Amino acid sequence: MREIQANQITETLARLAVEANHYLGDDVVAALKHAREIEESPAGRDVLDQLLKNVEIAKQGTFPLCQDTGVAVVVVELGQEVHVVGGDLFQAIHEGVKQGYTGGFLRKSMVGQPFSERKNTKDNTPAMIHTDIVPGDKIKLTIMPKGGGCENMSALAMLTPSAGRKGVIDFIVNTIDKAGSNPCPPTIVGVGIGGSSDQAMWLAKKSLLRPLGEWNPDSETAALEKELLEKINNLGIGPMGLGGRTTALAVHVLTTPCHIASMPVGVNVQCHSARYKEAVL
Amino acid sequence: MKLTTPLTDASVEKLHAGDTVEITGTIYVARDAAHKQMVDALDRGEKLPVDLTGQIVYYMGPSPTKPGQVIGSAGPTTSGRMDAYAPRLMEIGLKGMIGKGLRAAPVKDAIKKHKAVYFAATGGAAALISQRIKKAQVMAYEDLGAEALQKLEVEDFPVIVVNDIFGGDAYEDGKKKYAKK
Repeated sequence: MREIQANQITETLARLAVEANHYLGDDVVAALKHAREIEESPAGRDVLDQLLKNVEIAKQGTFPLCQDTGVAVVVVELGQEVHVVGGDLFQAIHEGVKQGYTGGFLRKSMVGQPFSERKNTKDNTPAMIHTDIVPGDKIKLTIMPKGGGCENMSALAMLTPSAGRKGVIDFIVNTIDKAGSNPCPPTIVGVGIGGSSDQAMWLAKKSLLRPLGEWNPDSETAALEKELLEKINNLGIGPMGLGGRTTALAVHVLTTPCHIASMPVGVNVQCHSARYKEAVL
Repeated sequence: MKLTTPLTDASVEKLHAGDTVEITGTIYVARDAAHKQMVDALDRGEKLPVDLTGQIVYYMGPSPTKPGQVIGSAGPTTSGRMDAYAPRLMEIGLKGMIGKGLRAAPVKDAIKKHKAVYFAATGGAAALISQRIKKAQVMAYEDLGAEALQKLEVEDFPVIVVNDIFGGDAYEDGKKKYAKK
């Protein structure tokens, strides 16, 4: 067993939280630049120019990309040969988020009891942790600060198998149409198809971690992604909903087997400030 | 075009959906929790902590201010969550709202009825927008942290008119123009 200190996990996450909120990934910047090149709408071009200028200001490290520095979604790929010592893994993650958000002047956007008291936890904890046990002796930590505006546009449909491929497309395109300008387009549309209700929603979110510019390795799923992207961009919603060619930068689909009676479809929308950073310990 | 606050019927009458506008002057900041507290206060027959007559409210909750800064990143939040409160504030004289995203029909009706305007700022351009804010001061509900009621002094604050007093809607117009079958 390889030993990894809990405080190393804490320090890494604190650093990643600050980095993710100031440095937009090269893949996302390239996608925004491409969108700017092909945009026909003057208002849309103006929005994209503002976003590209915003990226330049944020990367100086003083102002976060967005005031909504998000809920801290943390994805852990834990090698089964790893033994975490000197503390509890999940506590180490929450502590890292707390240190990153507090020390890094990031907004604290979590409330405790959600349906009446709604009192801010004041350190952006708890993190929302997803854990996969994988072969090997390393830990991969990914932080995805997820804003509330785009997360609120999520949707789930428990379609019947008779709805077929067309039913899947109609549900997804309709979800993005209804969301309009709310989730800060151009967005990345994450889709999970199959599994159970919870698995479909998780796959939808997990798909957002795929770098922009890559399609699903399965050719039939990639064809579905391309068709969805074209249909979504034909809606005309455009950058920040003011009309234009680019409503989504990409559509990412992940699939998993499901029950003979079911066809769950989950949609998780990511705004153009698609922030994530990862580290391997 | 340039616009200075406070707003009047005359200044709002000149604005049309799709116009790009640069605002200079005082604007107030409030989001979900501050709106709830303001409307609860009105329901109890109390006065608001600030006079909103002729004023603009910016739907925003900034990131924390670092030492030496005026304010942290300061982009708009989704306006739809304030739809439940906005008509009430227009009744008592609120003239403008800045946010991002779709408004419900009762809000658009209130904009026409009370001669107000809904502007959008660019969501996610928060670091850029922050550069146009010259002063920031918490006015009430300090315990709400990022959701406190604030007063800002802004210079050439960039927005676009979405909903005007004539029933215009820049989101609907834009979508119609660029939709393809």
